Amino acid sequence: MRAALRAALPPLVAFAAGNALWEAAVRLLEVPIYLLPPPSRIAAALVTHAATLGGGVLLTGQAALAGFALAGVLGVAAGVVIASARWVERAVYPFTVLLQTVPLVAIAPLLVVWFGYGVRPVAVAAFIVAVFPVIVNTVTGLRSVDPHLVDLFRLYGAGFWAQLGKLRLPAALPNVFAGLKVAAGLAVIGAVVGEFVASYAGEQAGLGMLALTYARESHTDRLFAAVGLASLLGLALFAAVGGAARVTLRHWHASEQERP
Amino acid sequence: MPGGEAPAHNAPVTARQGAGEGARVRLRGVHRKFPGGVVALDGVELEVAAGEFVALLGPSGCGKSTLLRLVAGLDLPQEGTVQVTGAGGRLAYVFQDPHLLPWRSVQGNVELPLELAGVGRGPRREAAAAALAQVGLTDARTRYPAQLSGGMRMRASLARALVTDPRLLLLDEPFAALDELTRARLDEELYELWRRRGMTVLFVTHSLGEAVFLAQRVVVLSRRPARVVGELQVGLAGRREPALRTTAPFNDTVRRLLAMLQEGEVG
Repeated sequence: MRAALRAALPPLVAFAAGNALWEAAVRLLEVPIYLLPPPSRIAAALVTHAATLGGGVLLTGQAALAGFALAGVLGVAAGVVIASARWVERAVYPFTVLLQTVPLVAIAPLLVVWFGYGVRPVAVAAFIVAVFPVIVNTVTGLRSVDPHLVDLFRLYGAGFWAQLGKLRLPAALPNVFAGLKVAAGLAVIGAVVGEFVASYAGEQAGLGMLALTYARESHTDRLFAAVGLASLLGLALFAAVGGAARVTLRHWHASEQERP
Repeated sequence: MPGGEAPAHNAPVTARQGAGEGARVRLRGVHRKFPGGVVALDGVELEVAAGEFVALLGPSGCGKSTLLRLVAGLDLPQEGTVQVTGAGGRLAYVFQDPHLLPWRSVQGNVELPLELAGVGRGPRREAAAAALAQVGLTDARTRYPAQLSGGMRMRASLARALVTDPRLLLLDEPFAALDELTRARLDEELYELWRRRGMTVLFVTHSLGEAVFLAQRVVVLSRRPARVVGELQVGLAGRREPALRTTAPFNDTVRRLLAMLQEGEVG
């Protein structure tokens, strides 16, 4: 408990100091609120519009989580297929790179054509940006299996599935988690960008849609609140993945072991 | 036994076979060349009798590991034949490094070969417990490889090999990475295991002392490409104790082997 407090203190102090500096600068320099609102105004907007913003968090969180989960499952599956044989890798890998290079904003309208408006195209947008790091890291993990252990499994007559389930996938787990950590933040970004295109403004608006609306209305304080909440959402998802990694890997992988 | 579809080759260690049930190994004109053009083995002839303890001695990188992989059936020769008879598939391999699954406890690692063979949980537990007792790791069974010393990891690796009650045990410089004292102790234990269980042992090493201490017969390989340049019946009587390493017959055998090795160097 004490250690946790000590770990949390430095970033909290930095946060408070940064905000104080910001507040003071905006007031002293008399910066117009629509350009850069002081933290106090953003906090006030957060309270006043808690219901709307909270609904946005829920909606965007839902879409990001769905896209992230899809990216996790399909990304690992694709990694397994790609790593299964060199010729498959050569045939498929270049196209998975396309996932990374395709401009999301440009294909978001297409997602609307395919999935209509609402949460589905947003979740798909989150999936598209989140899946690539999962695939790449899974392939790397599956590839870096100790060849001696592969020999051992062969010696004891292990088939493809036994090798996958008892050797390759567990060995790839640290890499898979690394991919999922990157994917967590990306899924929220993908969802927010997806909402720019694929959502209605209104009662049921996600954080991306809200941010867009607030920007148009020059409600910069609310815009900051929405953006801040979106960042927190990404952070929360990242922390959840980190926690899962810690629980899963703590016994055996150097990345999650505490050094005395 | 539960999980009755398990192939015979992975009967648990408790169903211990009597002495002299080892496999026979015969290599005829074995030639192995790798894609890069490196010739690892060039006409290797080798015969190992059932229950024999043979050390393969040669300089580092001479192709000893390749030879062992061929015997294990993990690799195929371009020319010549590799014959293993009487093993019934009960083959075990110990690498130079422990190569344990880091996400499994010691117990889980030792159970692995039986698990892969479809042996049920109960017999698996029992066999693993017996194998762990043999290498003195009973107290560490719930620990993970990352929490063990190098010597203990090697013991776990040895237990994993013993758990299937192998008739042919292949060891590839198994204790080379350990400190001198641990290595000597494991040598003694390995010798005892062999004496009690009578499996055939093929032991690759580049240590003269270790070869003489352990083996009934030492086969000397040349620098790469490896050929058999000579062999020596060791024939040291008595138990394997530390004191043996300082006796005259021991040192005499080491000297003769060294001469053979040097001859192999010259080619």
